[in-house]
Amino acid sequence: MVSAAFDPAVPSRARRPSSAKIVVGGGFGAGKTTFVGAVSEIEPLTTEAVLTEASRRVDDLSRVPGKRTTTVAMDFGRVTLEGDLMLYLFGTPGQARFWFMWDDLVRGAVGAVVLVDTRRLEDAFPVVDYFEDSGVPFLVAVNGWNGEFPYLPEDIRDALTLREEVPILNVDARDRASAKATLIAVAEHAIRLRAAETARGGQR
Amino acid sequence: MYDYEMDGASSLVRPYAVTGGRTRPRYELALESLVFSERGRDGVPLTPECQAILGLCKVWRSVAEVSALTRMPLGVARVLIADLLHEGLVQVQQPQGGPDGRPDLALMERVLSGLRGL
Repeated sequence: MVSAAFDPAVPSRARRPSSAKIVVGGGFGAGKTTFVGAVSEIEPLTTEAVLTEASRRVDDLSRVPGKRTTTVAMDFGRVTLEGDLMLYLFGTPGQARFWFMWDDLVRGAVGAVVLVDTRRLEDAFPVVDYFEDSGVPFLVAVNGWNGEFPYLPEDIRDALTLREEVPILNVDARDRASAKATLIAVAEHAIRLRAAETARGGQR
Repeated sequence: MYDYEMDGASSLVRPYAVTGGRTRPRYELALESLVFSERGRDGVPLTPECQAILGLCKVWRSVAEVSALTRMPLGVARVLIADLLHEGLVQVQQPQGGPDGRPDLALMERVLSGLRGL
């Protein structure tokens, strides 16, 4: 009898993989796609969403031929982890006017990274606000271009009025090991928050 | 009359022509939901868009990848993938989450250990 052991020549239809995602947010030019590209096993891809300017709740477009559209682009990458687990890294659209697109991105996310460019700290305000409201666990990663980190983490915390529990770390978005360490920190933070929530016996 | 086309905006109908104008998929599909097809075209009459999806999904691919690689807007890809699921032409693996839509602890721990093992 032929063994039923793993045969790489047979398509793995029986092995159902699973997937998860981490969101990478930040202002325009904060290094989101660079960060995603540093760890992704594929060249970052771009998916586009078409939005109506007049209404988000249109079921049958054949009845509204005159509606106009806007296209929002999101970059993402993929990392295959052990056990057929596909981790997707989604960069948020840079423009703040596309907030509602973010709901789709963060739904079900393990956690989020908010990349901060210290030259444009104020760009991170709305992003931090969004993640605070969404309840998705997030940390702040200060992207030090050329390895320069002009501010102390506590300065960043004060400037962004971050709660004590929000981790702040430095990252080089171009560097795979640095980006990977940031993602590990996100997962650890998310697990810690969930454990604390379970210990309280309540909801978030 | 002002020509909106010249303003960079286009008709909303065009990208959704391949769905017959439908914008809401039969099933909710997360961006990271995985899609797989072991079916060839085997006689089923399909649009070129659906054939392209089946062709791509010989390996498991996320909804986002299908959208990006076929250059279809996300909403269009969702409608078509949900149709193919309804027809039994693809399998879909939704992410494991709790009733509140958040990932379960076991999945988060697998992500953590997977990242550490990279």
